[in-house]
Amino acid sequence: MTRYGWIRLGIVVGAGLVLEILCRANIVSRLIMIPPSEMLASAWKILATGEMKNDFYFSLVNIAFAIALSVVGGFLTGLAIYSVPLLRSTLEPFLTSYSAVPPIVFYPMLIVIFGLNRIPQIIIAVMFGLVPMAMNTINGLYRIRPVFLKVGRVHRVSALASVFRIQLPAAAPYLFVGVTLAVSYSVIGVISTEFILSASGIGHQISFAYDNYDNRTMYGLVVLLLAIATLLNSTLRYYSQRMLQRWAR
Amino acid sequence: MNRMNVRRALYTAAFLAALLILWQAMYAAFGPRVLTPPWTTFVNAWNMLRMPDYWPDIAESVRAFLIALAIAFGLGMVGGLLIGVWRACAEVFEPLLVNINTVPKVALYPVILLIFGLGMWSKVVFGALHGVIPIMISTIGAVRNVNPIYVRCGRTMHLTRGQMLRRIWVPACVPEIFSGLRLGFSLTLLGTIFGEFFASQKGVGFLLMNAIDLRNIPTIMSLILILVVFAVVANSALLAVDRKLHRQA
Repeated sequence: MTRYGWIRLGIVVGAGLVLEILCRANIVSRLIMIPPSEMLASAWKILATGEMKNDFYFSLVNIAFAIALSVVGGFLTGLAIYSVPLLRSTLEPFLTSYSAVPPIVFYPMLIVIFGLNRIPQIIIAVMFGLVPMAMNTINGLYRIRPVFLKVGRVHRVSALASVFRIQLPAAAPYLFVGVTLAVSYSVIGVISTEFILSASGIGHQISFAYDNYDNRTMYGLVVLLLAIATLLNSTLRYYSQRMLQRWAR
Repeated sequence: MNRMNVRRALYTAAFLAALLILWQAMYAAFGPRVLTPPWTTFVNAWNMLRMPDYWPDIAESVRAFLIALAIAFGLGMVGGLLIGVWRACAEVFEPLLVNINTVPKVALYPVILLIFGLGMWSKVVFGALHGVIPIMISTIGAVRNVNPIYVRCGRTMHLTRGQMLRRIWVPACVPEIFSGLRLGFSLTLLGTIFGEFFASQKGVGFLLMNAIDLRNIPTIMSLILILVVFAVVANSALLAVDRKLHRQA
């Protein structure tokens, strides 16, 4: 790890320690926050006993569906908008203000249409995740330097090879940004809809624990959720950086 | 050029018309149990805005949103500038902030409720929490991407730290920062409405949640329409300023 990485770790651990001391010294009431060590213990207990296995399974499957649909759908949408100029000039004003509308407001309508199950939740998550992926795809494709394509033409690269060996690698940094956003928005979409109204899932269990003043379970789940999000994120960052480095050579 | 614009406006209008037709078709397919048709929704929304019954809630939401926005803008920009100017600090904090940004903030909502209690401050903090980190990240990015020549020029002229900040850093990164602010604007709106969903006795989000519980479809639809129109109009205005700033730069 780099020096900056160590400093970062130090800051995170230090913040945890400060919280621990504040909680132990009763400066922060136990009704508000439990010490981080107890949060970790509770998180471990939830994992070890497997009491919420079904909820985790439910959420993770939804998140996986949402990520797959957002990434594939977003990429295809972006590709379509990029290749058909008519689509682009028509849709651009809508795409740019799309992010201003919280998709969550459509959740109640979707529940009435599809019932209280995973479908409305996945749809909301895809509504969150698809557009950033599409926007980044368009961005990436537009920023391919024309000289790359010219070099390809000079070497008589076939159309298919041009896509895989020139265009995709050239657009890759933007595509990865899109994927990262799609992943985090999918998680946000799934968890928030569970939080609002759902019969199971991590978000549902957090809000259930909150409603029952069960701080220990609530903080344990929050820690686990943060861990899942961080893990997804850092894995993605690690692989995307490795891939970009390989292509940069 | 002018003819291009006319054609663009035509396409956009055609797309809007298609959306309205789709909406009407969905009404025909699902019936009044699920949604209200476009015209009725417009009339309902207009009546809602005219009737003084809803003004206190709208005023409450606007107030919460503005305070949250002020906090997110202020903290995000000042924090971003301070972190961005100091290289080592940026190296340490930027990955941390990016990671925090991808965490679903809904998971932290119960924590905020426990700390700030029910009412105004919870939703203000929740709104600001959504907006502040993206603003900070884009401000850091803007500061780091300032052309080094400007900075060297300032050094040659022996500007003090304060002068450097006022005369070089701020003008050089205003366009980028503004783009971040636009993003922060929509996210803060999302956060504030979201905050009102759960723990609030007043506000547009509360009305929406209440209508959901009562299965009051006309109210849900008109509230969604009001929110969407507000978000799109505000975003378009910000986008116009954004484009102007980028052209000048």
